[in-house]
Amino acid sequence: MEVFAQNIVNALQWGSFYALIALGYTLVYGVLLLINFAHGDIFMVGAYIAFFVSTGLLGMKGLGLSHIQVLALTIPLTMLLTSCVGVTLERIAYRPLRRKGAHRLYVVITALMCGLILENGNLALLGASRRTLPEMLDKVVYSIGGIAVTNVKIGVIFTALLVFVVLQYIVTRTRIGMAMRAVSWNKFALPLMGIPLDRVIVFTFMMGSGIAGLGGMLFAMSYPMLDPYMGAMVGWKAFIAAVVGGIGDIRGAFVGGFLLAFVEIMVAAFLPSTFRDLFAFSILLLIMWRRPTGIFGIAQTTKI
Amino acid sequence: MALLEIADLSQRFGGLQALADFNFRLQEREFVGLIGPNGAGKTTVFNLVSGFYVPTEGEIRFNGASTRGLKPHRVTALGIARTFQNIRLWNDMSVLDNIRLAQHYWLGYSLWDVLARTRRYSETERRVDAQSQEILEIMDLKACAGEFPKNLPYGLQRRVELARALAIKPRLLLLDEPAAGLNSADVDGLIRLVRWIYSEFNISIWMIEHQMQVVMSLCERILVLDFGRIIAEGSPEQIQANPEVIGAYLGDGAV
Amino acid sequence: MQRYTLNILLVLACLGLVLLTWQNMLDSYVLTVLMLMGINIIFASSLNLVNGYMGEFSCGHGGFMCVGAYVGSVLSVICFSSNKILGAALLPPALAPWCFPLILLASGFAAALFGLLVALPSLRTRGDYLAIITIAANYIIISLIENVDVIGGPRGLSGMKRTINAMQDVLDIPWMLIWVIVGTIFSLVLLRRLVTSTRGKGIPAVCQNEVAAEIMGVNTDRVKITAFMFSSALAGVAGALSAHVFGYVNAQAFNILKSTEGLVMVYLGGMASLSGSVLAAVVFTLLVEALRFAIPAMDGLLHAVHLLPADFALSQIWKWVLIPLLLILLMQFRPEGIMGNRELSDVFPRLRRWYTFN
Repeated sequence: MEVFAQNIVNALQWGSFYALIALGYTLVYGVLLLINFAHGDIFMVGAYIAFFVSTGLLGMKGLGLSHIQVLALTIPLTMLLTSCVGVTLERIAYRPLRRKGAHRLYVVITALMCGLILENGNLALLGASRRTLPEMLDKVVYSIGGIAVTNVKIGVIFTALLVFVVLQYIVTRTRIGMAMRAVSWNKFALPLMGIPLDRVIVFTFMMGSGIAGLGGMLFAMSYPMLDPYMGAMVGWKAFIAAVVGGIGDIRGAFVGGFLLAFVEIMVAAFLPSTFRDLFAFSILLLIMWRRPTGIFGIAQTTKI
Repeated sequence: MALLEIADLSQRFGGLQALADFNFRLQEREFVGLIGPNGAGKTTVFNLVSGFYVPTEGEIRFNGASTRGLKPHRVTALGIARTFQNIRLWNDMSVLDNIRLAQHYWLGYSLWDVLARTRRYSETERRVDAQSQEILEIMDLKACAGEFPKNLPYGLQRRVELARALAIKPRLLLLDEPAAGLNSADVDGLIRLVRWIYSEFNISIWMIEHQMQVVMSLCERILVLDFGRIIAEGSPEQIQANPEVIGAYLGDGAV
Repeated sequence: MQRYTLNILLVLACLGLVLLTWQNMLDSYVLTVLMLMGINIIFASSLNLVNGYMGEFSCGHGGFMCVGAYVGSVLSVICFSSNKILGAALLPPALAPWCFPLILLASGFAAALFGLLVALPSLRTRGDYLAIITIAANYIIISLIENVDVIGGPRGLSGMKRTINAMQDVLDIPWMLIWVIVGTIFSLVLLRRLVTSTRGKGIPAVCQNEVAAEIMGVNTDRVKITAFMFSSALAGVAGALSAHVFGYVNAQAFNILKSTEGLVMVYLGGMASLSGSVLAAVVFTLLVEALRFAIPAMDGLLHAVHLLPADFALSQIWKWVLIPLLLILLMQFRPEGIMGNRELSDVFPRLRRWYTFN
């Protein structure tokens, strides 16, 4: 029983990572119908940025910052810088193609290529030596009824929930959020309504990448070893989670992310871990078979 | 025996009753019109007949056999062809290929015949070719056989869609607002064309149309649909004089 | 006669290639690259059937190649080599040249069966939802194979060289090159036959307007299943060939990255263009190999002009930075791929006088 509860906590943590990345896929997809396959690598970039920012800040002895202060500074800086990376990709790679009216899938392939450049460029520039995120938070282990929970884990789960609430608010209540939803309905009518399309798109990429950066940093705090390819696998899985939840829907990204994490952790708990992918993906395939447009997806209807 | 028999047909979409108790018989060699205000359920009737929707209740019999449970392509193979309100051609295929593809349902050859290019394959393809050329000839589309439909003017696209439907060699042709989007000169041309098709081919036609000029000059019998129910049926003259029809179109206060 | 000029040239070129290899006048590296090119051509053009002609977005094509590679390898090892787990050779080596094409066919068949994993969901959903089903299928296949210890699990499987040696013992000619050439030409001919037939044109019809296709009498379910299975089958053949070319097979070689390569070739060449896929496969293979030499050269050059710090060397990893970069640039300049959705003969209509393919 305790093992089970421990697994649930772990699943919640992994689900938070998946959800934070899946959000970026879903946001961009909701607005542009673009699968931004570079997103997993933006998550990785976020982790690296967190590494450089935090070591930089800790290195500046003159500032005399305490660890907590460094953490407090690193979070917004990481999010900001990562969102710059996302927006840059959009500006130099996706937007020109969109302007030329290229087939949607060419943009998707470009995104895939951008992802490859990010991960391999990272490896090529920084070399193969693994980097470790400095510890900014003293690890505290709480024991609740025999379940060991670290403060980082609690932080991760709460951050994910917080992000969900904030995003839900932005998308449903604010002007820019409504504009985002409007773009997904009709890209052509939007400029006619006086909403600048590009600004909405840039904002979407900023939010998506910022959240991925936050996710990357939290991931690095939980698993401090950084690796240029850490984003690829997690990214693909988060994308799958987003689609299972119903891509384009924020609730879907969360539910899908947590669902995938639960399935994975539970499979790994009861079966040899090599079966994890096999079962996790088979279960997802079955879910897609039952609900072809995902859990929160709206059924595709064709009108004649 | 009627060519098409529809008995107690009803269709619900969630809470919306799109069609209720639709009863109708269409005889061989008959030209029937289906009119009604927007959203009356006209296209729903066509979608049900062509097998695109499965009816909630009721039965459709074509040539004596029920079409329930048949996929649209099987219904087509029975001899029901249709056109669409918003033209649905294969835009990145030549007009000739559009016509050829409409004969897909009777291609008897298998994948093996295709890959091995057997005699059966080449004979079938030759027949498809000959029939397609014939249709293009009849429909006066020879000149644009190699063009992509998306590059053709709207009126011509309508003609290609009609030609494609005829390539199926239907016994019943369903026309869904063939005059939509045409200018008045084109409409006159369309009336002549449809009349000529009706006289030339051994088919029955069922047509949805909003432009009264088209309906009144072509149809022998007219069905009026409002809120999913038949409210009137009769000859063009009877329909024009029917107060209920006028009410449905102009609002009840008008009468 | 004129109508066969290109055909004859093609045959002569292939024969010349075989002859050169036979006389050991071809470097083994060059030979491997050429065979890789053929395999890539099969891989890309078969993916184009689904992604280009049918307009789906299948990103798990590597999985089917994996099935083919493993089925081909296992059959080959069972039949012609002694293996600790799979037992002694089942057939006399003299049969190898006759059995190899059967092994290829069986690999294709097995891959086609796995194609159903994607084909059946495609009847219910399409577009991006289908895309993730294909990704999931890719993962499932790799994970499945890695969990079967009999065929090596994550360590991979080898021993296929024995089959080739057995063939060479029967007759000393460059068998693998011949099989790759035959496989490539066969795949292209079959694909071309399929897409030019009226039945095969149902595939682009599903892409361009599925509703019209179904209502105008095209059995769209059957068309989709055919396209998916046929495309997977060819990928399976490509996999079996590649397993024998390298003499070693590992499931991880066919992961999402391999599938991505396929996607790149398809979209680089142009959707729904067979000649585009062929061209793109050739260009892509050459690009990858050219960079292998270009990077050390660049490294030397940049160090010579002191643009790079002395302690920083350009490693081969830069290849996988430069290739995507080049592809992105290419796509910016030609957002519809090299050929658009046209064939070479549409771009140069005069070419038609010089060949007859049926």
